[in-house]
Amino acid sequence: MSVTYLEAIRAAQEKALTDDPRVFIYGQDVGAFGGAFKATKNLAAEFPGRVMDSPLSEDAIVGMAIGAAIEGARPIVEMQFADFSTVGFNQIVNQAATLYYRTDVPCPIVVRLPSGGTLGAGPFHSQSMEAIYSHYPGLVVMTPATVEDAYSMMLEAVSIDDPVIFCEHKLLYYHLKAEKLPDTAKPSGKARIARAGRDATLVTYSAMLHESLQAAEELVPEGWNIEVIDLRTVKPLDTDTVLASVARTGRLLVVGESWPWGGVTAEVISRVATEGFGLLDAAPMRLNAKDTPVPYHPDLWAAHRPTATTVAARLRQLLTQ
Amino acid sequence: MVTAVKEKAGAHKALDGDLLLRAYRVMLLARATEDKLASLYRAGMIKGGVFLGKGQEALSTASSIFLKKGDLFGPLIRDQAGRLAFGDTVLDTLRTYLGSAKGPMRGRDGNIHRGRPREGYYAMISHLGAMVPVVAGGLYARRLRGETGVVGVTSIGDGGTSTGAFHEGINLAAVERLPLVVVVANNQYAYSTPNNRQFACADLLDKAAGYGIAGFKCDGTDPAACLETLRLAVEAAREGHGPQLVVATLLRLVGHGEHDDAGYVDASLRKANVGRDCLGVGAKQLIDAGLATKEQIAEWTKEAQAEVEKALNTAQREKGPDPEAEDWQAISTERLVDGHFDPEEE
Repeated sequence: MSVTYLEAIRAAQEKALTDDPRVFIYGQDVGAFGGAFKATKNLAAEFPGRVMDSPLSEDAIVGMAIGAAIEGARPIVEMQFADFSTVGFNQIVNQAATLYYRTDVPCPIVVRLPSGGTLGAGPFHSQSMEAIYSHYPGLVVMTPATVEDAYSMMLEAVSIDDPVIFCEHKLLYYHLKAEKLPDTAKPSGKARIARAGRDATLVTYSAMLHESLQAAEELVPEGWNIEVIDLRTVKPLDTDTVLASVARTGRLLVVGESWPWGGVTAEVISRVATEGFGLLDAAPMRLNAKDTPVPYHPDLWAAHRPTATTVAARLRQLLTQ
Repeated sequence: MVTAVKEKAGAHKALDGDLLLRAYRVMLLARATEDKLASLYRAGMIKGGVFLGKGQEALSTASSIFLKKGDLFGPLIRDQAGRLAFGDTVLDTLRTYLGSAKGPMRGRDGNIHRGRPREGYYAMISHLGAMVPVVAGGLYARRLRGETGVVGVTSIGDGGTSTGAFHEGINLAAVERLPLVVVVANNQYAYSTPNNRQFACADLLDKAAGYGIAGFKCDGTDPAACLETLRLAVEAAREGHGPQLVVATLLRLVGHGEHDDAGYVDASLRKANVGRDCLGVGAKQLIDAGLATKEQIAEWTKEAQAEVEKALNTAQREKGPDPEAEDWQAISTERLVDGHFDPEEE
């Protein structure tokens, strides 16, 4: 028996609802229908009155979650696609993210963002929003890349007292599988060495972890041994693990699926350059999607985002410069 | 759902004398507080803006005076009176404006952006309409816990009714049938923008029908009418009749903020019924009903001013926040703070 990334997210929500009466789920089509991706399948029947369809109002969905959190609830809200969270952006960055700092009252909400590109999804169902939310103080931004992390980090997201932007990658929903759900978990906020290596450090997160691991394997026959780090959370960003790896390898490539201006890859490079300049044997490199909206056509989309092939090409550049 | 639109313009057959007196004293205290804030601003003693509710004290007081312990109140910028009626103090008002570390916002936010969320007194953000779904969410959580009879009130102006958040929030509250009262102070101008550039419906009350909720309108310059209207609206919400929209007509008797001379206000409005000062209207109501004399009102005004002076004395002596002692931490979970930005590491 195996469990998918999507099933792990559903199972974690089920466990949160079972274990904690303060938890409820609110969002478009999350009720009897079970969600656009079925991340809440059967939960409405299992937990009557606690898994509810909302009107098509992202601002009000997040706003109501914030009010509920002030009153002691632990809401999980689903933005049907990460892209639509822009409509709830004001509530997320100005209300949820400022509440604790301003009033000393924490805001324990989880905003689920089905993120990232999938085949044929086009400009408005493909976006990766982690960088823009990480920019705002007051939010924790999780970007799980594995089934185990999808499960354990969702449970942690519900349990902590702060607003969590939970970026779950749609491309991983059905294909990524694990044997079983984990019993123990590495806490959020700590990166993980997904593949040990010595020649270069490749830092990445979310679906790009899998492209990166594939690229690392591609380089094995060429005699290169790449260390791959999965950030797991991008806010906070585990700089120590990255620096320790760069200290061993002397070379750094950072890969992200989102756009190239600023963002997670730029932040990692900035930190390594400012704190670990002396550790670098070569200029650090980064690889992102192209600086256009995410295109619809599969051929354009495949060329827009980093893939194992382009990651491998960039690694060769890094290793030979 | 049947939409009940009730008009309560000035009809107050059974005037509750004690209530009117109590409300009037709150209005006087709010006016005295704001008069002091205006002079402190002019004297350069307040950093940042000062936003007053002069002319809106009757409606604002009525908005929260029927709330009980455990109810929720999400006030907006012109609700000094409603804030005081809900339990805020003149001292906390002055502390927040003057930046005292002892105020509820500890210098981290100022002026009207204050509250004590744990006590049901929500701290507004500047983005208009944003508090509507938040108060709705507070009510949703209370209901989920099995609490009944809780009411939430939030207020907004004519400008705020044009925001997406206002629409989304009221619609959500209507779908969930939450005990939410939304009080619209149509003070004729959103900053400088007049009603005819703000909405095209004949009356803002028309919006209630669109959401399938009950609507009330009243003369916002008339304290007795405001009290009667809000009494009905809060009762209806408490009894489970879902959201209630109250639209009151009045005129902001000051600028948008104290930096604004409000030169754009049509002079004829100032002379019309809508431009009446609710404190004057209230005084006449009390005197006509034999509830107070002119001398008593003058005495209460002095008492209110003295209370403000006393609070000011305290607030002025209190220290502001110490930047060195700040934890500069925007989340509560210590281990998830991004340590990279810690000053020690820089």
